[in-house]
Amino acid sequence: MTDRWSAGVIPYAEMGYWQPDYEPRPSDVLAAFRITPQPGVPPEEAGAAVAGESSTATWTVVWTDRLTNYKEYQAKCYRVDKVPGAGDQYIAYIAYGIDLFEEGSIANLTSSIIGNVFGFKALKALRLEDMRIPPHYVKTFQGPAHGVVMEREYLNKFGRPLLGATVKPKLGLSARNYGRVVYEALRGGLDFTKDDENINSQPFMRWRDRFLHAIEGVNRAQAATGEVKGHYMNVTAATMEDMYERAEFARDLGSVIIMIDLTVGYTAIQSMAKWARRNGLILHLHRAGHGTYTRQKNHGVSFRVIAKWMRLAGVDHIHAGTVVGKLEGDPNMVRGYYDTLLLDRVGADPVKGLYFDQEWASMPSVMPVASGGIHAGQMHQLLHYLGEDVVLQFGGGTIGHPMGIAAGATANRVALEAMIKARNEGRDYMAEGPDILRTAAKRSRELDVALATWGDVTFTYESTDTPDVVETPTIS
Amino acid sequence: MTAFDMRGPAHDDPPHDGGDGPPQGGGDGPAGDGAEPLPEDATVDLAQERAESHVDDVLDVLDAELVGLAAVKTRIRQIAALLLIDRLRARFGLSTTPPNLHMCFTGSPGTGKTTVAMRLAELLHRLGYLRRGHLVAVTRDDLVGQYVGHTAPKTKEVLKRAMGGVLFIDEAYYLYRAENERDYGQESIEILLQMMENQRHDLVVVLAGYKDRMDSFFASNPGMSSRIAHHIDFPDYTDEELAAIGDMMLRDAGYALGPETVQVFRDYLRRRREQPRFANARSVRNALERARLRHASRLLAGGGRVGREQLTTLLPEDFLSSRVFD
Amino acid sequence: MRITQGTFSYLPDFTDEEITAQIAYVLGNGWPCSVEFTDDPHPRNNYWEMWGLPMFDLVDPAAVLYEINECRRAYPSHYIRLNAYDAGTRQTTALSFIVQRPDEEPGFRLDREESSDRRIRYRLHPYVLDRPAGQRYV
Repeated sequence: MTDRWSAGVIPYAEMGYWQPDYEPRPSDVLAAFRITPQPGVPPEEAGAAVAGESSTATWTVVWTDRLTNYKEYQAKCYRVDKVPGAGDQYIAYIAYGIDLFEEGSIANLTSSIIGNVFGFKALKALRLEDMRIPPHYVKTFQGPAHGVVMEREYLNKFGRPLLGATVKPKLGLSARNYGRVVYEALRGGLDFTKDDENINSQPFMRWRDRFLHAIEGVNRAQAATGEVKGHYMNVTAATMEDMYERAEFARDLGSVIIMIDLTVGYTAIQSMAKWARRNGLILHLHRAGHGTYTRQKNHGVSFRVIAKWMRLAGVDHIHAGTVVGKLEGDPNMVRGYYDTLLLDRVGADPVKGLYFDQEWASMPSVMPVASGGIHAGQMHQLLHYLGEDVVLQFGGGTIGHPMGIAAGATANRVALEAMIKARNEGRDYMAEGPDILRTAAKRSRELDVALATWGDVTFTYESTDTPDVVETPTIS
Repeated sequence: MTAFDMRGPAHDDPPHDGGDGPPQGGGDGPAGDGAEPLPEDATVDLAQERAESHVDDVLDVLDAELVGLAAVKTRIRQIAALLLIDRLRARFGLSTTPPNLHMCFTGSPGTGKTTVAMRLAELLHRLGYLRRGHLVAVTRDDLVGQYVGHTAPKTKEVLKRAMGGVLFIDEAYYLYRAENERDYGQESIEILLQMMENQRHDLVVVLAGYKDRMDSFFASNPGMSSRIAHHIDFPDYTDEELAAIGDMMLRDAGYALGPETVQVFRDYLRRRREQPRFANARSVRNALERARLRHASRLLAGGGRVGREQLTTLLPEDFLSSRVFD
Repeated sequence: MRITQGTFSYLPDFTDEEITAQIAYVLGNGWPCSVEFTDDPHPRNNYWEMWGLPMFDLVDPAAVLYEINECRRAYPSHYIRLNAYDAGTRQTTALSFIVQRPDEEPGFRLDREESSDRRIRYRLHPYVLDRPAGQRYV
């Protein structure tokens, strides 16, 4: 007792932040950190340090701790495992009492868990791999403004992935030309078109002009197909006031959906989620910037944690990887993200990089969006890896079609419906995929030309973020 | 009406696989679409065809689980043989009369009609004449409604549930009430007739009940009579057969009759037959259930230590206190 | 024009065999089916008329195809769709596709009403609604 409270510096482990006998309570927030200690720092001490710095500790003993029920407020590192085959890396499991966090606040949760510790000198690198959010805390969040079920009922689209495309080129189109792309892609068969993340309100096209022209394209396409269509209107802006103004304008035009970028920050995202539920618009989130901290395996925050935070924060759509496209994504890891977004109970599964069981307590699910370098020729793989509840976004794969944008859209829709049909008929669509597509193409010139154009284009680079239990990175 | 197609099951999709895959289209008979007829001088190996159809598995089960019923079993074997040969004939392009498979099972309660219907469903499934081979057993109450407009959807609902399998209508004569010409049963009969004709490739209907009452039902409903191809009569079991059934049931339940009990049980059966509401095998089952109750009470009342022997052996007193011995 | 609501509108219309295969998939998942029809295909018309109640506890696709054919017989020129409902986890429609459409699909007119600050109010008008119910498709 005297040691613990003597003035000066003592190891975190001895201050009570390392408790190998601690049994996490059902209401605890749990975190799994990948730690790389500096040479000479024992892994238990490094884990304790992370627990300490992300909860009550500071670098030295302070007597004011004794004015609190400090044993409750201390986070406890209760387990440290060596990562097989990864030299100096360990996974540290830390439990946090629920009273450490403000109800329904991602900002507060993240300020605690990742606020200070990532620059900590005793560690060479630190990564937040996963979190278990207890149902007690889950229930303090609004969650998705609508969720997958409501979105499908609202759009009257069932039994297949939704199709989208990002308008290209990303920058430079005038509003009138921009609306043309929206119209052509939607009338050709897509369900959605999308502003790109950095399309906000630049000199070449102001937001209001874009919205007016895009909604003309949406309505024309609805009349041409008899189907509900949408364009994700990006309301990302410098201030909340600007974002609300743009969102309200989109609502007044009759748009079914708006979008924001991850760069607007957690608090702005939660504000927009509440606005979206109040106003009946689906909320799409582009994960702009996440690669700066999600991609490296030894440092940063795993995307599955971001996915959990965003489900709590309340977005309806989030980009979550394609497996087969141009952007980073190991199939197992991506499945872990999708499960996290879609299921009500997600079981721990090291193969998918899931460290904890997660109960969502009936919180609605988030529709994952797959975007970046995908095309109709990969439809069997996309369906196999990503399943039915996903928005497949074919930007270049729609707009780059030699016969035009509408033809590109039709090619994607025919390929998708043919693959769903084959799957439902019990065929081995993964093995027979190319055959199924060729057969469908016999009755669709649009698909025929698409297959001839992109054929077997693939992006086979090794993923950097792979599960530790699988020796070889799996790439399709 | 689409003629019932007599081709054999496709070899890459044996029907006994449980029918989980996509079934053949509604209007097709047992598979093999578009196969060329075999040449004139071809031959097929009967033993192999028989083995591949797996009908013997079903027939063996039928033999093992039902005591007696020799005539019934023979009829089922004949039907199986006919269907198997029909399939082979079709492979040669020989025209075959589309088989009518609707049947009538007559006999007292407890004579094995439902059990045989279940095996029949399985048999027809293996031979490719039914896509699923399940059995839906119903009575008048499941088919006939209470008010105007209630009966048609109710009957159709049952028929739809039975599609791909066998619809077993127990005591079918209750559908027809001669004394009340506005009875809704008549509506149900008409829908049944229509479906038995038009959806013949989708389901097989088995009507069941007492022989005399079934006969008068057919007399008043000639349309129904003409659509039933096979009439199979289930005779009452002999005392020896009932005793054998009892032995089988006891064995399954892990009991046995003590040496002196055998004759008592025979006596019981002889007396029970003379009493009202005798239901063959079902009465045997009920008698054994009650004997087990008495056996259990007797052991508890006696106290002391018991072993395997006492726990499994039924004694004369377990039967003699029955009312049939009064 | 061709209305593209439903899961399979970009494929050639399904034969009964193809429909049966989809029903087998649906029943295999334990989802009940329902048949619905309409003569007002507005994309926001969620409630097509029900052809009887949803069909529970079926095992064989022929039973569902039978009802589709009965509905086709009664409404030979209406839109008819087949829905499957997942009561298990999602508690919403799991599959929905058109199994009959009129020979002629007149489509929709887009009405525009110009208002202030360049805004336009849009209204989608199905051409068939100009005719009374019952006489919209022949």
